[in-house]
Amino acid sequence: MTEFNSHSATVAEMQESPRSEHWNRPAHIEPSGDGELLEVAMGPHHPSTHGVFRMDVALDGERVIRLRPVFGYLHRNHEKIAEGVSYLASMPYTDRLDYICPITNNWAYALAVEKLTGQAVPERAEYLRVILGELTRFQNHASSIGFLIQEMGASGTPLMYAFREREKILDLFEKLTGARMMVNYMRFGGCRVDASPAWMNVARKTVAGLTEFADEFERLLTSNEILMARTQGVGILKPELAVNAGVTGPMLRASGVNYDIRKVDNYGIYDRFDFRVPLGDHGDVYDRFMIRTLEMRESIKILQQALKDIPDGPIMDPKAKIRGFRPKPGEAYGRIEAPKGELGFYLISDGGPSPYRYRIRPPSLINLTILEDMCLGQNVADVVLIFGSVDIVLGEVDR
Amino acid sequence: MKTVEEIKAAIEAAVPGAGVEIVSNPSPSAQHSLRLAPGQAFAVAKFLRDDADLALDFLSNATGIDWPDKEFGEKVQVTHRISKPVDGPGRKKTQIVEEVVEETRIRVEPGWLEAVYHLYSVAKRHGPVVLRMRTINRTDQVELPSLTPIWRSAEFQEREIFDLYGIVFTGHPDLRRLLMWDEFKDHPMRRDYREPDDFEYEPTAHDDVLNRTLEHHAAIAGQEEAGAGE
Amino acid sequence: MLGEGMLKGMAETAKNFVGSFFSAKRLTTVQYPEERIAPFEAARVFPFLVYDAKNPADPADWLVGMRCVACQICEKECPPKCIFIEKSKDKKPDALGKQQFYPARFDIDISVCMSCQICVEVCPFEAIKMDTEFELSTDDRFGGLLLDREQLAKSNEYYHQIHATEAAAVDDHLAEGKVKAEAKTTAVAIAGAIRGAEVPPPAKPAETPAADAASEASAARTAPVTKTAKRPTGAGN
Repeated sequence: MTEFNSHSATVAEMQESPRSEHWNRPAHIEPSGDGELLEVAMGPHHPSTHGVFRMDVALDGERVIRLRPVFGYLHRNHEKIAEGVSYLASMPYTDRLDYICPITNNWAYALAVEKLTGQAVPERAEYLRVILGELTRFQNHASSIGFLIQEMGASGTPLMYAFREREKILDLFEKLTGARMMVNYMRFGGCRVDASPAWMNVARKTVAGLTEFADEFERLLTSNEILMARTQGVGILKPELAVNAGVTGPMLRASGVNYDIRKVDNYGIYDRFDFRVPLGDHGDVYDRFMIRTLEMRESIKILQQALKDIPDGPIMDPKAKIRGFRPKPGEAYGRIEAPKGELGFYLISDGGPSPYRYRIRPPSLINLTILEDMCLGQNVADVVLIFGSVDIVLGEVDR
Repeated sequence: MKTVEEIKAAIEAAVPGAGVEIVSNPSPSAQHSLRLAPGQAFAVAKFLRDDADLALDFLSNATGIDWPDKEFGEKVQVTHRISKPVDGPGRKKTQIVEEVVEETRIRVEPGWLEAVYHLYSVAKRHGPVVLRMRTINRTDQVELPSLTPIWRSAEFQEREIFDLYGIVFTGHPDLRRLLMWDEFKDHPMRRDYREPDDFEYEPTAHDDVLNRTLEHHAAIAGQEEAGAGE
Repeated sequence: MLGEGMLKGMAETAKNFVGSFFSAKRLTTVQYPEERIAPFEAARVFPFLVYDAKNPADPADWLVGMRCVACQICEKECPPKCIFIEKSKDKKPDALGKQQFYPARFDIDISVCMSCQICVEVCPFEAIKMDTEFELSTDDRFGGLLLDREQLAKSNEYYHQIHATEAAAVDDHLAEGKVKAEAKTTAVAIAGAIRGAEVPPPAKPAETPAADAASEASAARTAPVTKTAKRPTGAGN
């Protein structure tokens, strides 16, 4: 098995490398001119790479001939730390995976442990999870669009509008859990803190303001000619390749595949809410941007329904253990529709206080598998946009 | 969706000689797995993806697990033939006597590395189907067939398993380290991995880290003395 | 018309720009540190140890009234293991009046602490709570962010100031506990009197080892915490 050295392979070497005839390998782009390629390392210290991330690109003029993503700069070996501490102690570490959306990380972990032990969750806790989860999805999509537009050169104006709204949502989190981002809120069998009636009122007021913000955001961006010219037809991803490459989340739905884990697995109480799943036609960057905008509106719908219907009651089973939690031996794989894609936790318990194996299925990492496919033949400037439309967070890619 | 037994039957019908075993999962999640023999795993995986009923076109998660060697101390009754001096009239005589002695023998059961795959179907909206493959041991026979040609999403995940556990996937188009740098030597997620000693300042060290910190500082003090003594 | 989308967008930006001179909704920037937002009641930054002030004139009052009994549950549950506790050799009365050990050393390394508040959640004695103080920067990179028990000890009044409803609930809970503990000792006394056995003398308020505690505390602080520090074997061992 010959490996190529990503720093010095020529086009000829690349074309000779062994490939399986079954594999969906991207087509090679024929370089023009004398075949000499310019090799550039974009990152890891780069304003547009959403964190410490490097792309080794080989360019023929402005066209991308080869692209290799390189990461691991933020690798903290969370999976090994989890093998040494208790199940509860891993919960604050999950906050720091996809650090824009700590609530959904907590939820995925709690769901996996509840699958492992068969623990039931009280109804009010499920409603609280949905409310906080959809608020997280809203602020994640708004920030993601904001960063994408910033990379297009809008110097941060839409990003700051998104952040202004995000501040209101973070204030809600702080009032409830004590922390704006690293919330450490979900527990195995429910939630940590109950929401007071005062908090519910502030939440309803905030959600009422989200529709106005979504309208303003759309008026600001959607029919902008520069946006349309730069994103339409760029970075097209075909649906069959997307499914085969394990792509999930808004990127998969922008390619036209109707797969939203909230509808497929019906985890929690998502089957009680009436919401649609927006799908894209072309699978380009513009579709991903539009899908995120539409999903923000669907989140508002879910939030309005949940805030109306939330019952009173306990938020945690009183017999559920906080300390000395030792699930019986077995394994479980639990997954949710996180804002970035399918976030899954695979846990193997050997009956002890720490998990034997603790695995995070990171949507950002797996969505990057076809980054090269989408970028080949495009210009360098488009690479930045395509990469921004994948919407990754390095905390999740590297764990 | 079919049960695990039905899937096993379908695989055995389609791929003759496929060594498939059901590994049962005692937890309430009831996600039982199918253990594949590495020889026919590629053909089995292709069948699972292309079959009209199963249509498992989506590989959600691929991960590795380390099962280290297990040592058992066994108490064994061993019969020894010893010649013992015997008292008796006249010159000393020796007699061969059989003595039964209890010894503790250490038996080592070799461990293995495991790769686990979680498959779902986007077309049929069912899943998960869990596949497992084991290597022969943890030292030199660590090859498994790569499933990347069948599901592209295994590309980075198998690279990560190679990086962190050391399983070599034959047929992987680009098997390099993913998270650690290319020149790194060890496999960090193995259970016997020992982190490098970099204890500059550990004011609240506990247990294992405390012991290693004290050793580390003792070693440095010893070196300094040796250096100063010269 | 070409450029219509951009003009619509610029109209939004103009609305925000002009509006920021008139409406607070558009101008959300807070000129920190000249202006500060009051922290929310639930906010948490780093932990602190609660003490019940018994005699404010006493400089070692914080140790006398400290609720912590050095059970080390927070130390075990802390995810990054940033708490280090050494138990004392003698005992003093805790918040419910019972004779308990107390921490001879209680260090939290706030450069490691991740503010998860699991220590607060598992403490059975309402002894450790979350503070809201965050302006803690220091120029001593190694020892300056290691808070010892005197720096961590803050009074119950301070706790009421920062988390009013939570502190009120904790006080109620402790009062209940005290009532139960007193009822138990009275029941034991009555049972003893009925049986005719000698009634054990009521628990005297223990001689608070204030002098010892002060010298212990100063010894712990003088043990140097240098850059290549090992565990100093000094007070408390």
